[in-house]
Amino acid sequence: MNGSRSMLRLATAALRQGSSLPGSAGKGAYCKTEFLVRGYAADADAYDKMPDSGKKPDSGEIVVEIPVKFNLHLLESGPPQEAITTKEELMKSYTDMSVIRRAEISADMLFKSQMIRGFCHLYDGQEAVAVGMERALTFDDSVITAYRDHGIFLGRGGTALELFSELMGKKTGCALGKGGSMHLYHRKHNFWGGWGIVGSVPPLGAGLAFAHKYMKKPNVVVAIYGDGAGNQGQLYEAQNLAALWNLPLILLIENNHFGMGTAEWRASKKVTHYDRVPYIPGIKADGMDMFSVREAFKYCKEHCLAGKGPIMLEADTYRYHGHSMSDPGSTYRSRKEIQGMRQERDPIERIRKIILTEELVTKEELKDLDKKIRAEVEDAAAKAREEPFPSDDELFANIYKADSGLVAYGCDRRKTKVEMP
Amino acid sequence: MLGALSRNRPLLALLRGGNGGDKAASAALWAASKRFMSSDNTITVREALNSAIDEEMSADNKVFVMGEEVGEYQGAYKVTKGLLQKFGPDRVLDTPITEAGFTGLGVGAAMYGLKPIVEFMTFNFAMQAIDHLINSAAKTNYMSGGTINVPIVFRGPNGAAAGVAAQHSQCFAAWYGQVPGLKVLVPYDAEDARGLMKAAIRDPDPVVFLENELLYGESFPVSQEVLDPSFTLPIGKAKIMREGDDLTIVTFSKMVGYALKAADELAKEGISVEVVNLRSIRPLDRETINASVRKTSRLLTLEEGWPQHGVGAEICASVVEESFYYLDAPVERICGADVPMPYAANLERLAVPQVRLGSVGLYGSRVKKRCADACM
Repeated sequence: MNGSRSMLRLATAALRQGSSLPGSAGKGAYCKTEFLVRGYAADADAYDKMPDSGKKPDSGEIVVEIPVKFNLHLLESGPPQEAITTKEELMKSYTDMSVIRRAEISADMLFKSQMIRGFCHLYDGQEAVAVGMERALTFDDSVITAYRDHGIFLGRGGTALELFSELMGKKTGCALGKGGSMHLYHRKHNFWGGWGIVGSVPPLGAGLAFAHKYMKKPNVVVAIYGDGAGNQGQLYEAQNLAALWNLPLILLIENNHFGMGTAEWRASKKVTHYDRVPYIPGIKADGMDMFSVREAFKYCKEHCLAGKGPIMLEADTYRYHGHSMSDPGSTYRSRKEIQGMRQERDPIERIRKIILTEELVTKEELKDLDKKIRAEVEDAAAKAREEPFPSDDELFANIYKADSGLVAYGCDRRKTKVEMP
Repeated sequence: MLGALSRNRPLLALLRGGNGGDKAASAALWAASKRFMSSDNTITVREALNSAIDEEMSADNKVFVMGEEVGEYQGAYKVTKGLLQKFGPDRVLDTPITEAGFTGLGVGAAMYGLKPIVEFMTFNFAMQAIDHLINSAAKTNYMSGGTINVPIVFRGPNGAAAGVAAQHSQCFAAWYGQVPGLKVLVPYDAEDARGLMKAAIRDPDPVVFLENELLYGESFPVSQEVLDPSFTLPIGKAKIMREGDDLTIVTFSKMVGYALKAADELAKEGISVEVVNLRSIRPLDRETINASVRKTSRLLTLEEGWPQHGVGAEICASVVEESFYYLDAPVERICGADVPMPYAANLERLAVPQVRLGSVGLYGSRVKKRCADACM
C-alpha cells in the first residue's frame, strides 16, 4: 500500500516536470495523465508484461500468471498470483467478453441513431470484471449493480436480444420495455438489477444477503458500486449492518477512477476503497485481468461462505467511453490516457494473447470467431429493432403485484381511467 | 370466553406450554389474553397492532420485524412488545440508527422473498430513507416489468403527537399517497389496526402504514370476528363510521375520532353528519366518498397535515370531478395550519384542528352556516 502511494507521488512528480498536453489546463487531472495506465500497483512494470503462461504437462490445464500483486487489507494471505485454466474457459471467457464489447459498440451506434433514448452508460473496457466474476460464481449466487449494467446483465446469462429490446423499449426486453438501460433485471439468474440511484445498491445488496442467510442459502451476494458511490453515507451504513449481522456479502467496487467527470483524487480524501473499513477485510485486484478478478472472487466467496462476514473487492478497471453517451469522456481525462489503456491493459487483448501463445486455436480461427460474435450481436440488434413496442395498456400494468379492482388514471382523467380486472 | 380463546390458536398453543414454551412468556401472554377475554372485548390500538404482527409472524416464517428499539426495548411505543421473547433475535432485529441503510436492507430482503416489517420510530425519520421507499420499493415492480415485487411493510407513528414540535410532527399521508406503486394505510381504531396490519403484511406490494402515537393507548370495543387470526380488512375500502344526511366529513386516523365527536355535538343542533373513515389513502375509495357526497350534497375534508397539496385537496378534486352537480355548496377543507409545528401549548392548539366540545367551534359554525344557507 505504501509502495503504491509513493509510486503515485513519483509518477505525478515525474509527469509534472514533463507534461505538456495539447489543450490541457496544465493543472489537476491533466498532470496525472499516464499514471492510470500503470495503475497503483507497486509493481508498475507488471503492466508491460504479457502474462506468463504455460501448459501443465498432460493435464490440458494452463497456468496463467497474475502479474499485478493483490493488495490485502486485514487478511493474512490472499488469492494466489496464478490461475489455472482450461482451453474451454479461455475460449468461453474470450467469447463472453467479446459479446459484451460488441454489444456496447452496437449500443453506441443505436444511441447515436436515437433508437436508444435517455441514458446509456457503456461498459466497454470493464469486461474482465463482469466475466471474471461469473467464472467464480453460479447463477444461484445473487448479483446487484447500479446503472452501468449491460455487461453485468450479459454476464448473468441475459441474451443480447433481451438487452437490445430493453434498451430500445421493446416489449421483448427483459423488463418488458418499461425499465430501459439502467433497469435491467434477470430474476431467474438472480440478477437483481439495474438501479439508477448512486449509492442505493449496497443497502439493497445487504438485504439480499440478509435474505440469503435467513433462508440458509449456501450462496453469496455481490453488490456492485463505483468509485463515485464510495463516499455515500448509506454505503457505510450497509457496511456496518453487513459486518454486525455477519452477512454473506461481497462489496465489489468497480473503480474506473472517475465518478462521472470527477477524478477520484478530486472526490475522495482516500482514493482506495478495499481498505476503507477498519472491520471489513478487502482485496484489490487488477480489474483489467480476468484471472485476477476470478481468483479474487473465488477467495471472497470462500470467505463469505465460511461465515466470516462481508468482504470488499476493489477492481482497478477503466471505461473507454465517457460516463454516458452524452459525455465524450475527454474533458476530464486525456485521449492519450484512454489510448494507453486500450493498448496496454485491454482485457480482451490479454486473453487473445494467451490463446494465441498457447496455440489453442489459430489466428484465422480466432478472427472467424470475432466475425461470428460480431454478426450474432448485430443480428440481435437488428432483430430487436423489428420487435414491437409494448401495447398502450402496458402503461397501467404491473404498478402493483396485487392490483385487482384498483383504478389508475391517465393524463386526461375523463378519457383514461382504467380499472384493473 | 373460552370460545374466544379456542379461536386464537397461537395463543392457546403457547398457553398449553407446548414447544417447551418459556414460562415467563406464557404468563405474560396469559395476562394479555385476559384483555381479550374481558366481557366487553375492548382492546387498545397498541394491542391490536401487536397481536396482528404476532399472529402473522406465527403464520408465516418469512415475516420478520426490524427497526430501532423494537427488540430489547420492547418497542419505542411498545407496539412490538414481547415479540423478541417469542420469536427470537433472528426475526426481531434491533437496528443501529441508520434509516437509509436498514430501509434499503429491508427492501433488498423483500425483493428476494422475505416479508419485512420495517418500523420507523416516527415517519419523520423515514425522510432519511425516503429514496429507498420510493425509488427502490414503490417503483420496482413496474420498472422490472412485473418480475420483481417488494412485499414490505413500512410502519410507525405519523403526524402530530403532543409537544414534540416541528421536526417530530409532520403528517406524510399526502407525500406517500401521491406515489404509484405504494399502498398507504391509515388505521383509526383497533379493528382498523388489526385488519389493515394483517392485510398489509399479506400484501405482495410495499405498504406504508401510518399509525398515530396518540391513538396507541386508546381502547375500542371489537367483535369476536376482529379477534380471529384470519381477520383482515380489504385495502382501498373506506368505512362509514356514522351515517348522516346533511354533510359528509371525510377524514382519517386521529381526526376520525374528532369528526365523530363533532358529529355528536352537531346532532344536538339538528345537523346530521356522515363520517367517512378513509382507512386507505392509496388506493383512495372514491366510490364511497362520492356516494356519500351525492347523498348529503356537502363535503368537508378533515386532516391534520398541511393544506397545500394535501389529502383533502385530492378528495375535493375527486368530488368536484365526479359529483359536481350534486353539491349544494363549495367543498370545504379543514387542515393543519400552514406552519411548522410550534412548541408552546397554546400555539400548538392553533396549529392542529380542534374539537370544541360544548360549543361547536370554528368549523362547526361554518358547517351550520352552510346548512342554514341551503335551507333558505
